[in-house]
Amino acid sequence: MPASTGSSFILDDPAPLVEALLADGWRVIGPKLGDGAIVYDEIESASDMPRGLTDEQEGGRYRLREGDPNRWFDYVVGPQSWKKYLFPARQKLWSAEKGDNGFAIEPHEDDFPKTALFGARACEIAAIEVQDRVFDNGDFTDSGYKRRREATLIVAVQCARSAATCFCASMNTGPSADSGFDIALTELDDGGFFVECGSDRGAAILDRIGPAEAGTAELEAANAVTLKAAGMQTRSMPDNIPALLRENLDHPRWAEVAERCLSCANCTMACPTCFCSDVEDVNDLSGDHAERWRVWDSCFTLDFSYIHGGSVRRSTLSRYRQWMTHKLSSWHDQFDTSGCVGCGRCIAWCPVGIDITEEAAAFAAEPLAQEG
Amino acid sequence: MAKPKLAVWKFSSCDGCQLSLLDCEDELLDIAGQIDIAHFLEATSEIKNGPYDISLVEGSITTPHDVERIRKVRENSKVLITIGACATAGGIQSLRNFADVKEFTNIVYAHPEYISTLEKSDAIADHVKVDFELRGCPVSKHQLLELITATLAGRKPYVPNASQCMECKRAGTVCVMVAKGTPCLGPVTQAGCGNLCPSHGRGCYGCFGPKENPNPPALSAHLSELGMASREVRDFYRSFNAGAPEFAKESTSHE
Repeated sequence: MPASTGSSFILDDPAPLVEALLADGWRVIGPKLGDGAIVYDEIESASDMPRGLTDEQEGGRYRLREGDPNRWFDYVVGPQSWKKYLFPARQKLWSAEKGDNGFAIEPHEDDFPKTALFGARACEIAAIEVQDRVFDNGDFTDSGYKRRREATLIVAVQCARSAATCFCASMNTGPSADSGFDIALTELDDGGFFVECGSDRGAAILDRIGPAEAGTAELEAANAVTLKAAGMQTRSMPDNIPALLRENLDHPRWAEVAERCLSCANCTMACPTCFCSDVEDVNDLSGDHAERWRVWDSCFTLDFSYIHGGSVRRSTLSRYRQWMTHKLSSWHDQFDTSGCVGCGRCIAWCPVGIDITEEAAAFAAEPLAQEG
Repeated sequence: MAKPKLAVWKFSSCDGCQLSLLDCEDELLDIAGQIDIAHFLEATSEIKNGPYDISLVEGSITTPHDVERIRKVRENSKVLITIGACATAGGIQSLRNFADVKEFTNIVYAHPEYISTLEKSDAIADHVKVDFELRGCPVSKHQLLELITATLAGRKPYVPNASQCMECKRAGTVCVMVAKGTPCLGPVTQAGCGNLCPSHGRGCYGCFGPKENPNPPALSAHLSELGMASREVRDFYRSFNAGAPEFAKESTSHE
């Protein structure tokens, strides 16, 4: 039976899917073993993926471990996110050449072949959808982002386990994605994959393979997998966090966390939704050629809040508060969604293990009294 | 319009930062085309008199003679830019700042009475007004070129003073401290080296000195958790930028 949105199938392993994508001309980006962590990089076959590995994550700590050698996706999210492809860390925006009539500006667009993101987790799809609202929201469109996004196909992997840093269940972003993917895979406990088709593009890929249809038993087994992953989560975010932060801007906890915070910006660099950038204008020695580059920036730097006369946020307190209140509170006002998807990267990749859920819990435990 | 005159000066240093300028092989002819290299003993014995439009100063102030000489350089320079950890923080020789320099000279020299030296190794900015400090041990060739280019164009050089971590993350380098427990000064160190050590699996040695608004006590607490003894934490901050105030204060607290 041909695949269609909502139809489901079974596969023994992900290899045919990678092959079908490659055969259909997609560049496939997937999980790979990097230098001590799972990173995202181009893969040429399913065997490039780190089968059999699992991860241990805590505040400021990430370790890979040997797991069940037969399991394909028993690790969760690592230090990198898909934003490195959709919103690259460094992009040339334009170049300019000096001529007789001043400078001629040449816009620059990086080559971005049609790309399959293989193994995106539910929280990561949620993060991509958050960045969609930032870069392509009706009022404003970043043409480069839109172009890259439209050339992107998503193969989701529904999580079979959670790390100790995961809290997607409390953000309603995982561990299972209901939408936002073209194809979704759930690795079942007794081997094999439950495969969901999420779009016509996904259907076209699945039709190249012609997998067997899934039945109710596989559907139930798949639901049990992600339910178990959700049950493993120990961290959570309070429901009332947007108001809680708004009402506690002068709470003494900010000074306390600022004592521990390095203002190193790792949290924002690792965050899959943080979207801030700086522009770097450069010219050559002759002054005849100039370029403008966009680079990832962070609200944790001094220069970030520089306006004429100086920087607005000089203290670590003001920077941490800006980040956390924006991420969890004012983001709702700006983009009608939370800026946090509960992936836990900011916890694991903070060099000193500052935990956003622990900070949130501290405000919830002893909020400042509200006037009137 | 006459080409701007450039002078390069050396104080107490290893010459490595001046060599970074000579290392700009592909761009060196372009530089020579745009500026008049009027005083650069590492490159040429031809010396033109000042005043100079741009002076690049390498090295730290360690002798009474240096103190006099840097004042003359300042008087003869429109723009004075210091290059490298010696000039911006006193260099590795600022380790003397934590000890008794007389004791050193008595041990090292047969005739210590011939040695005329100061108690401390100072940054250039401790003695004269500095218009821009370019960090690093040695400075980055890329940043040096950017500095020269920007100065000639009359714009602010793009030399961020944020953490080394931002360079690592932008490059996709896996954090060595989080993933391997390797002690790293990156979170308190200014970016600029091109992500050299972490991309080779080593922790940052702090060659570019303290980033703006650093928090060494918070990092040190974590270094202790990773198993570093207090003495090791002290020594970690005491290398090329030992004399940088934020690093000096932190290392001293681990005496």
